[in-house]
Order: sequence, then C-alpha cells, then structure tokens
Amino acid sequence: MTTEVGSESEVNKQAEQIGADAAQEKPDEEAPESQQNASSEPEEEKSPASPTAAVSKSSPRSQKKEKDPSESRGISRFIPPWLKKQKSYNLVEAKDGVERKEPTEAVVEEPVVEKDESLPEEGSVARGDTEEILERKRQEVRVDDKDEKHSVSSAETQPAKEDSKEIEVAKVEGIREDKQEGEAAKRETKEVQTTELKVEKVAQKAAKKIKTVPCKVTLLDGMEYSCDLEKRATGQVLFDKVCEQLNLLEKDYFGLLFQENNDQKSWLDPSKEIKKQVRNLPWIFTFNVKFYPPDPSQLTEDITRYFLCLQLRQDIASGRLPCSFVTHALLGSYTLQAELGDYDPEEHSSDYISEFQFAPNQTKEMEEKVIELHKTHRGLSPAQADSQFLENAKRLSMYGVDLHHAKDSEGVDIKLGVCANGLLIYKDRLRINRFAWPKILKISYKRSNFYIKVRPAELEQFESTIGFKLPNHRAAKRLWKVCVEHHTFYRLVSPEQPPKAKFLTLGSKFRYSGRTQAQTRQASTLIDRPAPYFERTSSKRVSRSLDGAPIGVMDQKDFSGPAGDVSVYGPGVAGQGVFQDGDGKREVRSPTKTPQLQFTTEGKKNSLRVEGENIYVRHSNLMLEDLDKTQDDILKHQASISELKRHFMESTPEPRPNEWEKRRITPLSQQTQGSSHETLNVVEVKKQAEVGKEERVITEGVNGRDRVPPGSDPGETCKVEPLTHKDSPSLSSENSSSSSSESEEEDVGEYRPHHRVTEGTIREEQEENEEDVEEEKEERASKVVQCVEAVPEASSVKQITVETVVQENVISQKVTGEKSLKEGYEQDMREETEEEHHKVNGEVPHVDIDVLPEIICCSEPPVVKTEMVTISDASQRTEISTKEVPIVQTETKTITYESPQIDGGAGGDAGTLLTAQTITSESVSTTTTTHITKTVKGGVSETRIEKRIVITGDADIDHDQALAQAIKEAKEQHPDMSVTRVVVHKETGVAEEEEEE
Amino acid sequence: MGTPGEGLGRCSHALIRGVPESLGKEREGVAVGIPPLDLAKAQREHGVLGGKLRQRLGLQLLELPPEEQLPLGPLLGDTAVVHGDTALITRPWSPARRPEVDGVRRALQDLGLRIVEIKDENATLDGTDVLFTGREFFVGLSKWTNHRGAEIVADTFRDFAVSTVPVSGPSHLRGLCGMGGPRTVVAGSSEAAQKAVRAMAALTDHPYASLTLPDDAAADCLFLRPGLPGASPFLLHRGGGDLPNSQEVLQKLPDVTLVPVSCSELEKAGAGLSSLCLVLSTRPHS
Repeated sequence: MTTEVGSESEVNKQAEQIGADAAQEKPDEEAPESQQNASSEPEEEKSPASPTAAVSKSSPRSQKKEKDPSESRGISRFIPPWLKKQKSYNLVEAKDGVERKEPTEAVVEEPVVEKDESLPEEGSVARGDTEEILERKRQEVRVDDKDEKHSVSSAETQPAKEDSKEIEVAKVEGIREDKQEGEAAKRETKEVQTTELKVEKVAQKAAKKIKTVPCKVTLLDGMEYSCDLEKRATGQVLFDKVCEQLNLLEKDYFGLLFQENNDQKSWLDPSKEIKKQVRNLPWIFTFNVKFYPPDPSQLTEDITRYFLCLQLRQDIASGRLPCSFVTHALLGSYTLQAELGDYDPEEHSSDYISEFQFAPNQTKEMEEKVIELHKTHRGLSPAQADSQFLENAKRLSMYGVDLHHAKDSEGVDIKLGVCANGLLIYKDRLRINRFAWPKILKISYKRSNFYIKVRPAELEQFESTIGFKLPNHRAAKRLWKVCVEHHTFYRLVSPEQPPKAKFLTLGSKFRYSGRTQAQTRQASTLIDRPAPYFERTSSKRVSRSLDGAPIGVMDQKDFSGPAGDVSVYGPGVAGQGVFQDGDGKREVRSPTKTPQLQFTTEGKKNSLRVEGENIYVRHSNLMLEDLDKTQDDILKHQASISELKRHFMESTPEPRPNEWEKRRITPLSQQTQGSSHETLNVVEVKKQAEVGKEERVITEGVNGRDRVPPGSDPGETCKVEPLTHKDSPSLSSENSSSSSSESEEEDVGEYRPHHRVTEGTIREEQEENEEDVEEEKEERASKVVQCVEAVPEASSVKQITVETVVQENVISQKVTGEKSLKEGYEQDMREETEEEHHKVNGEVPHVDIDVLPEIICCSEPPVVKTEMVTISDASQRTEISTKEVPIVQTETKTITYESPQIDGGAGGDAGTLLTAQTITSESVSTTTTTHITKTVKGGVSETRIEKRIVITGDADIDHDQALAQAIKEAKEQHPDMSVTRVVVHKETGVAEEEEEE
Repeated sequence: MGTPGEGLGRCSHALIRGVPESLGKEREGVAVGIPPLDLAKAQREHGVLGGKLRQRLGLQLLELPPEEQLPLGPLLGDTAVVHGDTALITRPWSPARRPEVDGVRRALQDLGLRIVEIKDENATLDGTDVLFTGREFFVGLSKWTNHRGAEIVADTFRDFAVSTVPVSGPSHLRGLCGMGGPRTVVAGSSEAAQKAVRAMAALTDHPYASLTLPDDAAADCLFLRPGLPGASPFLLHRGGGDLPNSQEVLQKLPDVTLVPVSCSELEKAGAGLSSLCLVLSTRPHS
C-alpha cells in the first residue's frame, strides 16, 4: 500500500481485476485441459463475470510487447467450443518452429498452450494491416510493436508459403466483415489460421511495401552482421535479430551501441524506432555488453559467458578496463587456453602469442608471462578457461563501470562511473566519492547539468543535491539514462512504468523497459536447451578482421548453429515456471516483454496489490533473495519460509491459489499440524516519512566541494527517529520510501531511484563471492546458536516476541561506551538476536546494506526451556520481566518478517524526547499497543507512531484471518503508515509431534 | 589475483631496518621536533619486533643495517608500498627522508619484486598512508601524502579500487586504522580515526566490519598470514604492556592469533608497526 496508494486508476479497477484474476488463474491451473478445449467451458463461464476486465487488460497488454500467455486466458474465454481444431493447429504450428525467433516464449508454457494465445495476437496484427479501423481500437504503441514483430517474422518466412498469403488475408477480411465484434473477429482469424497458414506471411506482404534500410552490426567477435530492416523498426527488432544470429538467450545483459555525431556512443533504445535515434546516420551498430553481470558464474550458459569474455577482452585491450601487469598476463593466459587449448610446445612456437592482444601496451615480458601461465592451465576446457577469465576479470575495480567525463561544481575534471552498485566519482584514477544507489534519492538532468540528490549525511538534516557539469546536453541525458537503466537493472525486481503523461512533465519519460537482472536470472533458470555449440573465434582473427575487411555475415536464417535448439527452449520446465513460480508475481508489475513472465496480467497484479501490497511485495523480495542464494541456504530457511507462507501469505482475506505457495509447498511438507499455540505478533506500523535517514552518507570532507547548499524540502526532511542510537549507523537503510507520493518535478529528466524501493530493491551486497557466502553460512550457523541462547523464548502462550528495535536500543544504551566489533554485514537472514549481537558489538562503518528488502528472523530451537522476557519499547520504558518457568517441552518457532528500516531505529540520532504515549487496547485475541513519541532534534520535531498488534491464541483461532484483518485495519486507520514487521511465533507441543529435524 | 581478501597479509618475508644511534641523539634536520628517546629501549623494542617476526611468525627476516644519516630509517614502511609482486617506491613528504628509499629499493629488488618508482616531482607519498584491505586500497590524503601521490598508487595497482581518504591531524592513515582480518577494519577512537573509517565506509564497494580500539596507535596492527594458505593468521599488535586496553578489545577478533609487541619508545619518533616493517611474499601468486 505504501507505494501504490497514489494510483487511482488501479484502485478503480480493483473490482474488475479481481474478477479477471480469478478468471485467469483457474484456467492456468487447468492448462492441460484447456488445450483440449474441454476447459473452454469453464472459461466461458467466467467470461461474463469480467467483460470489463478484458478491456482493462488490453491496455496493459499494449505495453507488453510480446504475446502474453495470460492473454490467452482472456481471449480463450471467447473461444467457443467449436474451436476444437485448435489443438491440432497448435501442433502444426509448433513443428513449424515459427516461434524460433522468440525462443523465450516457449519457456513459460508448453508450446501448445502458448500458441493459443499468441495466435490471436498475430491475427490482430494481420487485421491491423488490413483494417485500420479496428486497429485504432488498439493503442498505437501496440500496433507499432506488432508491426515490427511481424516484420521480424516476415524475414523468416519461407518463400514457398507466400502464395497462400493473399488468400489468407482475403479470408480474414471476409470474416471480419461478418463479425462486428472485434474479439469475435479475432477468434475467426485464428480459426482461419488453423488451416495451416501463418499470420506472419500476411505481415510480410505488408513489410514488402515498406521501405527497408540496410543495417550493419559489428559483433563482439569482430564479425559483421548485416540485414535489412523495415524503416520503422524499433531497436528491439534489430537486437532480437542479432541475438538470434548469435544464438544468445541471456540477452538482457547486452545492447546495441551506435555512434553519435560527436564521437560519443549511445545505446539504442529497444523500445523506440531506430530511425528516430540514429537520425541521419547510417544504421551501423556494435553489439556490446550493456550490463556487466556482477557474478558471471551465475550466468546460465557458456555462450553468454563467452560473449562477455569477448567484450572484456576488448575492454582490456583497449585500456578501458585497467589491469595490472600480472592480471593482464593471467587473463591473457586464460584467453589462450580458451582459444587454443592446452599449451603445445610444438604447435605453439614462441611467437604464437604475439598475434593476440592482451593489453594496450603489450610487452615481450608480458607475453612471456602469458606463455608461462598458459602452460599451467593444462586441461582446462574452453568454457572453464572462460570462467576463470571472468572470475578474475570481475574483481577488477573498473569492471562494469561506465565512465562519463564531467566537471564538478568547481570545474575540476572528474569522471562519473555508473555501475551496479551506484555512482562512483573519480578524479584521475582515484575514487573520491561514491554514492550507492540507496543513497541516491533522485537523478536528474537539465541542459548539460546532471544532478543527484542524496540522502542526508550523518549529521545533516537535509538532502543535498550535487551537480555535475557534462560536456553537453546530450552527454547529460546519456548519463542520466545510463543511471536510470543501471539502477533499474541491478536494483529493482521489475522495471518501473514510465511516468504518466498526465503529470504534465516536461522532461524525459524514459525508463528502462527491459528485463532487470532479477528477471533475467529468473528467466535463465528456465533455459532448458542443450548447451549450444558455438565456435570460439580466435582473437587473432578478430584483430585481423578489425584491421582489414570484416567478414560479413548475411542475415540467413540457418546461420546460427543448430537452429533447432532454440525452439527447444524449455517446454518441459514450462509448466512449473508458469504456475509454481512465485517469481511471476514479481514480474507482474513490469511492462515486461518477457514471455515467460507474461502469464500474469495487469488485472491480477492489481488485485494482489489491493489486498496487501506489503505482503505481496515482500514475498517477491524474499524470493529475490533466494535467487541469490545457494540451494543450501534456501533449504536451510525453507522451514521459516514455509511458516511465513502459511501464516502470512495465506492470510489474504480472499483465499485463492497463489504461485508462491505452490512453489514453496512441495519441498516444505514438514509443517506442523497440531500446533497447540500460535502467537502472531503482528505488525509494527510505522510512519513512512521516517524512513529516509538511516542511511549514513559519509561524504563530508570527501566531497564537500561538490555539495550544493542543501535544498530544504520539507516533505523529505530527514526525520529523527526517537529510538535510534546515536553512534551506530544502521544496518539497513532502504526504506519503504514514500517517494511514490512525491509530486513530479519538472526537471528535464528526473528519476527517483527509490520510487519503488520497498517492492523491488535488491540487496546491494548480494554479489558476494563464494568465499563470502561460505563464511556467511558459517557465521549464520553460529548465529542460530547464539540466537537460542540469547533470545529466551517464553513457553507461555502469551506474547513472546521481543521486538528487534527495542531490544537493540536497550542494549546499545547499556553499552554505549563499549567499542567492539561489528560483524556480519551480509546476512540475508538475521535472527533478532543477531541484530542484538551486532549492536552489542558496536558500530558499522559500512552502510550499504541498507537495502535489505526485508529481514527474516527465524529461530527454531527444538526444545526450549527458558524464561520469558518481554521488552517493550525502550524509548519509553524498559521493562524486563523475567520469571522462572517450569520446564515445558515445546517447540517454538519465531519468524520475524520486517522491513529493514526498522533497523534505522538504531542508526539515527537520539534527539530529544518530548512526549511519549502508549495506548493499549485489547480484544479477545489481539492486543494493540500504540506508541506515540514526539521528539525534537535540531529544531525539527517529529512524531512517530508505532503500532504493535499482537494476536495471541490457540490453534483454533484463525490467525491468518486475524492477521489479515489487523493489517487491513491498520492500513485503513493510517493509510500513510506501513507494515514493517510481522513476527510469527509458534509453539508446538513436542509431545504431539517431533517431526522437525 | 586470488580470492579477494585472501591476499591480505600473505607473507613470507619481513624487512626491517636497524635503529641508528642518531635517533637517540639531539636532533637536527629530519627529526627535529621529535622528543629525545631512550635509544637502548628503542633498540630493544626493535630487536623484539624482529624476533617475533622471525620466530613467532616464521618469516624470513631481512634486516637492513642502520644508517646514521637516516635517523628515521627504521620507519621503512613509509618508503614502499608492497602488494603482490609489485613494490611502489614512495616519495616521502619529508625531503630529508627521501634517501631512505634507496636501501629499501635495493632490498626489494633483490627479493625479486617489480619496482615502480615515482618520478613525478609533485607527488608525495608516505607508505603508511596506504591501507590495503585485501580488496582495495585506501590512500590517506594527509599532511604527508598528496593527491598526485595517491594517483600513482592507483596507477601502480590497477586491479584495485584506490580511494582517497582525507586524514586530518598529524597522523598517517595507518596510524589511525588497520586491518584486523580480511573483512575487519580496526580503528582508533579519535575523531580523526572515526572520520577516516566513515569515509572509507562510504567509498567502498565491500562491507567491512569495524572494531574500535581505545587507542589510535593500537589500530596500527598487522594482519599476517605467513606460511601456507589456510594456516592460521596472526595479528601483530601493540596490546600487552603497551596498550592494554586495546588488547582486550582485540581479543574479540575471531580466528586470529594475537602476537603482542610493544614499541612505545619508537612511537615517539612517529613509528608504528606498519612503519617498522615491510612484509611481503616472494611468491604472491602461488
């Protein structure tokens, strides 16, 4: 609710969306049946329920470029039972492999299912070509997309089939005249198509009329790919063609660059027409890595790694990626191993190496070192050598840093480096400042100036805006776009919608529209094709071809390796991917064009949101974290997650199947059934406005000169949290930022990275190397033990959960003077006690953890014999009641689920407490405690309301219901507050079952 | 390059330089302003340090002979920045100290390191303004080291991020903080030290824990991993007799063997552990 409050339209649509949702989910489950058309009946039943839903869905669809499986649900509603040929049609279609150009489509669903939805789309395209009137009903955007789409396919269409095309069109038209209603027409079209013809052919005809433009793309291996593109083609069309040519599936890391007039290169925006971007210039592009994967070992396919290697070799040889001598030599030796195989003294004479370029200034000494190291790599396969290459390259400090020349406010030459983690400021080669994404509130540009607005530094009250001068307007815009893209790609779960036009913004509405890293990783896990064969082009050849005439590659369909592989893309996995994968929920929000994510529609997303955004959002984050974890970790925490799911996720008032659950439930069968007591300590509600400040921005002194006098923006003024402990920078800082309600400013281009922080940010430190992960694991394990010791879980039925914030404060106050070690920054999962532990130990200098999207605390001591400790809000009073409890054999579980900003309580300045008030009300099973604190710090007064609702009861109470109710009520009462934490504490009589571990 | 963080402290050799009598005498030139110190005590401390490096840590110890005209010669940590197979010979801020680099350069060369020189006349760099964390370098922009000097560090160790940290007061960066482990920064509690640590936290891509010690001087400790990979690391520190309060805190560091040494007398000449010895590995990549 925090982020979406503002959008009225969504709210208005709620009802229908829910309807649509229901309508769609069911068929989803029954997908196999629906293929048989047996399911068309249930679908039809639902259709009356949501006529409007269908309409509302069509507009979101326009943003999704490709066919959306979910659409099929909508459309299939209108498909009468007589359309039974569908299946046979589908089979034919699948064999045709028309869809090869869109290999990802197949990922989600089985091809058959997928067809039934993609076809109508194509049908509409055909219609669009022939009948403008109908087309106008569609959004323009969509029309464009479709045009392009079939122009792509047209390129592939085999000439032999063209004859029938015209007939086809005629048929379609004829039918359409008969039918007044668009949907019906579509259906008809489909029917016609089942007679074996392809819509694409229709399209091709249209394409022929359109003027084409020759287009050249230099590939990473130095080869050149050329093709003719329709004049109005978008960047995506070309990019897809290139990726198909390369047989590349994990393509989201890549992009096309074109040279601008001023020698600067810009990324081709896939969503826009090429001609509008390149203007009068020839259509010449280079295919490059756009987003360097922070951990290349997480790429799914070797072929992707190979292209990344090629890019890095270029970067290194050109000096863009600086390396030391030794690293040059080491990377060079891996290149040799990958391209030449084992060192062979006979074959590899002393000068075999000089044809390679490893470094900008390659010396004989370096070459000797390369050879020496090459000899040591004996036995490494090319793929292994590439992996080693990447493992070393990724650690280079400039890996993935996109540098832009600029001047600071004093006119000093600096460079701005945009990377996965944020913005780096360099002076010469030295890093002089760094703004992690979480620190940046807004990015904007105006004319040739580029601005970032950052969170207040430690002792400051206000945000500061830092301005940089770029060489010209285009450079400023380019930098801004790169920032927007990088932020979205690396830190968000799904792309953000472009700002709505109604806000009357003057500036660029540009947003990154591709898949985010999270999405692409998720998609990659669904890749299920045999490792494609590809030839590693020798670097030698590369350099030669660069020198002389490039080796041309024509746009031939069959060029790229075993073409069949592409269409194999994941049909088997598909079912799972679609229906079990909770990830989908995450993706839902984006106008994604990723086929595998399309199954969820706008309608569904909204309905989910309506019911409990926070819950939903957090879960998606949760999974995001899981993505980055080893299987081990995941297993480790499954228990807690399953609990969570059970008590938290299912608690939505309107029970219905949810993907998350389905995905999780399989491995998590060990749920306890006979829980005797369950305690839900729900919901700490906090005022959103308080978020901003847990981030410690330590820039003073470092970058003082860059700072523009702090603008005072009352709405964003840093708030003081009464609960905070002065000297401890917070562990976490990303907040459920309130920025969604911020009004648009009329900067020429602006972007608020924190817009959707709550729902979609990714932990900054997720890319830790394995070593770290290992350490982490150990650490975590030990933490669990500590947890058992440190958190005395009461065995009584009553409120048990000790609130983290509170606890921290209590302790930190006690040990203020003590300086000690702060450890363990990167834990994904923290036990409450772990937090406490940290606090005891002192301070955290590094603050970038800020963005833990949420924290899950879990402790599961099998048998706990403890005393009860209740600590209530420390800022007002500290009461620790301890009493001996007779040993009761119980199992206890405590799961805390919270937003990270709660930690901020420990990070801020204590300020002066004005008033504190605690109101408690009780009902049968719930206790609501409201703390209202007013504090003053530095003249700014702040009111902080924390509301804690504790639901206590035995198993017979429907906790889920109660929880949901509580959340709902809290939200209604305080629409601007957010749920920051949910703690589920559960005790189970040991006698009843001992199944857990 | 190895695993990040793991390279920290890997060493096979230690280089020290004897304490000349001139350090105990009435001072002129270079050492003006340094209070007179007990030469015998200073030499004893130095001897103990050498002994610990050799016997306790098992390092090959090379001791350069003292030179009377270089009273601050024992502080050879200022004269070179060594990482991996590369030694950057510095250009100390104090012109009188610049001749100190010669002996060190020769020794490092003999050990097979690649020598990088600072040719820029505008650059000043004291080696103890450079902190290597295992993953990146921080260069203190102090009274002793300027931007140009830091830039040369960045140029020399290109694989790594090199960030600048403003250092206020008379200290070197290493006089305020050190590494207590691959992921742990140890810092003093003074304002300058804390400020430096905060600046580092803001600049880094990597998270470090930080351990705050009562004494700044105690933060100048050396995390060393002599011997084979996997061998337990040592922390050479000045707890014990020197700075007992800090020892207590240092004991919180996990998985490290604490080796106390004291150099309170040498400290009067501005020395800390990081300046009294240079540790290096002759096989950085093996």
